[in-house]
Amino acid sequence: MPMMEYIDAIRLAMKEEMEQDSSVFVLGEDVGVKGGVFTTTKGLQDQFGEDRVIDTPLAESAIAGVAIGAAMVGMKPIAEMQYSDFMLPATNQIISEAAKIRYRSNNDWDCPIVVRAPIGGGIFGGLYHSQCPESIFFGTPGLKIVAPYSAYDAKGLLKAAIRDPDPVLFFENKKCYKLIKEDVPDDDYVVPIGKANLLREGDDITVISYSLPLHFAMQAAEELEKEGITSHILDLRSLQPLDKDAIVEAVRRTGKVLIVHEDNKTGGIGAEVAAIIAEECLYDLDAPIRRLCGPDAPAMPINPPQEKFFMLSKDKLLDAMRELALY
Amino acid sequence: MNQKATAATQAPHELVGLDDRRAVEMYKYMLLARKFDERCHLLQRAGKINFHVSGIGQETAQVAAAFALDTDKDYFLPYYRDYGFMLAVGMTPRELMLSAFAKAEDPNSGGRQMPGHFGSKKLRVLTGSSPVTTQVPHAVGAALASKMRGEGAVSFVTFGEGSSNQGDFHEGANFAGVQKLPVILMCENNQYAISVPVAKQLAGKVSDRALGYGFPGFRVDGNDALAMYGAVREARERGVNGEGPTLIEAMMYRLSPHSTSDNDLAYRTKEEVDANWEKDGIPRYKQYLIEAGLWSEEQEDAYLKEIAQELKEATEYADKAPYPRAEDTLLHVYAGDGQEGDN
Repeated sequence: MPMMEYIDAIRLAMKEEMEQDSSVFVLGEDVGVKGGVFTTTKGLQDQFGEDRVIDTPLAESAIAGVAIGAAMVGMKPIAEMQYSDFMLPATNQIISEAAKIRYRSNNDWDCPIVVRAPIGGGIFGGLYHSQCPESIFFGTPGLKIVAPYSAYDAKGLLKAAIRDPDPVLFFENKKCYKLIKEDVPDDDYVVPIGKANLLREGDDITVISYSLPLHFAMQAAEELEKEGITSHILDLRSLQPLDKDAIVEAVRRTGKVLIVHEDNKTGGIGAEVAAIIAEECLYDLDAPIRRLCGPDAPAMPINPPQEKFFMLSKDKLLDAMRELALY
Repeated sequence: MNQKATAATQAPHELVGLDDRRAVEMYKYMLLARKFDERCHLLQRAGKINFHVSGIGQETAQVAAAFALDTDKDYFLPYYRDYGFMLAVGMTPRELMLSAFAKAEDPNSGGRQMPGHFGSKKLRVLTGSSPVTTQVPHAVGAALASKMRGEGAVSFVTFGEGSSNQGDFHEGANFAGVQKLPVILMCENNQYAISVPVAKQLAGKVSDRALGYGFPGFRVDGNDALAMYGAVREARERGVNGEGPTLIEAMMYRLSPHSTSDNDLAYRTKEEVDANWEKDGIPRYKQYLIEAGLWSEEQEDAYLKEIAQELKEATEYADKAPYPRAEDTLLHVYAGDGQEGDN
């Protein structure tokens, strides 16, 4: 099994799907000759040509809208948003159009697009290169949303997203691009959308999260184990649809739950996860539901102290997990 | 010498590429669209349907454009006033009436969307929405797919002059220009965006905007059936020949209020509206056909009776047709919803 970085796994998923299916193509800003500002699409234009790896004008609504039109007539476009912060001009196309095409046409038309967008901070990106916009799209029926934390999941979820008959937002974490390096099979596997993944079993506390913060949770769990505290860690993998059964099962295992995400706390995915827990298994809880999230500030500042304050970390997870265990 | 002789013997409709039969058929669809529209107004006023948004005054350009396109190959993205266009590409009055009544059998949306929100895979009409001009990038995407697959098809998209101010018009037009895609962008300039007149929407011409995107833009008299047919036909040829997009600004006038919820005399005068009825393209084209010996008042009377009967039957059918089932509200959010084993 080859070792590869998270970013390589994303590239490999696109390459494999483009080799298998001539209707798959990539469009976005700088995706062609340059191979993406992060190198996510590096080499794809050399292999597949300008027609299938399209450098678009700098206009996000057109990137999404053109992808939607092509998808409706049978193509499988992968639209890259250079940063998820710049995805908002395409919000109307994603929410008013892509999400509703099947529904509004009574299943006559469909819209199998993938919108890839890098999320997250910790790269000195400042307010507009660091955001996590999941909550803007979350709760829009008709959309699927995935957010891989590992290189294995990044490849498998992206392949599943490309093959999915409905629009999928693929939120890749830019801090994970080079940070995460692991064995990724070069076979044709997919990671199913809508299924959460248990990363670690434990009996004292449950941590539910997605994307980068899971790495902090896993590191913190290692340390806590030395203190005799064991952690049960669930990766949501898919934010929409949420895997309710897995959430409830993971909570019941320990009766104490900490929900973690970098997107800000108010109105985030964690609020919905907490509501599911309250509805489904309130009386299994031995402690109030806890959330550890980005602060309710508009976005992440670029200066180091404030970026550090905003970002989650192993130490923040360690404190929150220990505190919950001791409750 | 030869060319001159041919031109002298050919009638104007032949010169733009219409034979006698198609020239008459085109007129019949315009008339059908007008009568359909009038019927919907009546039905709304009678409380039979909730809402109607009119295309009266725009049928000439809509039908002429549809006749210049290839209904087996091209992709269509009409906007909400395009009843004439829809009828001409094959949607029946009964089907449109099912949409007006929001009934389950409505082929556009199964009774989910407002009337005027067209869509039919069978007729190659991509489903539309209410936020205006979102369909322009979709048309560009369909054209991109068509070009990638070498289909020799064009995308045809319409929108109002008010909508031409939306970013999606500009982003879509620019994308199409850069990629030289086979797209025909037809602005139905009916002089009003609900209550706001064109002078407060545009400081220049919509057609001139094409210049900034690297393709030709033409202003055409939307009440001139043959001019419209010719313009769209030429634009289609440009598209299939790999010459890229064309913008057509069809000049017309919205003779009806914006919708059945609008009182247009609050912002425009009856004199202005009356003066524009004088320019209506339908009687103008009728006169042309009569002078060309292709149509007569007798044929008109007979056809009007035929339409009246067809609309009556369509209305009765749609009125009696069942609504969608309440529990089907949950169907088709995602693929496979409602299939066995799904909950």
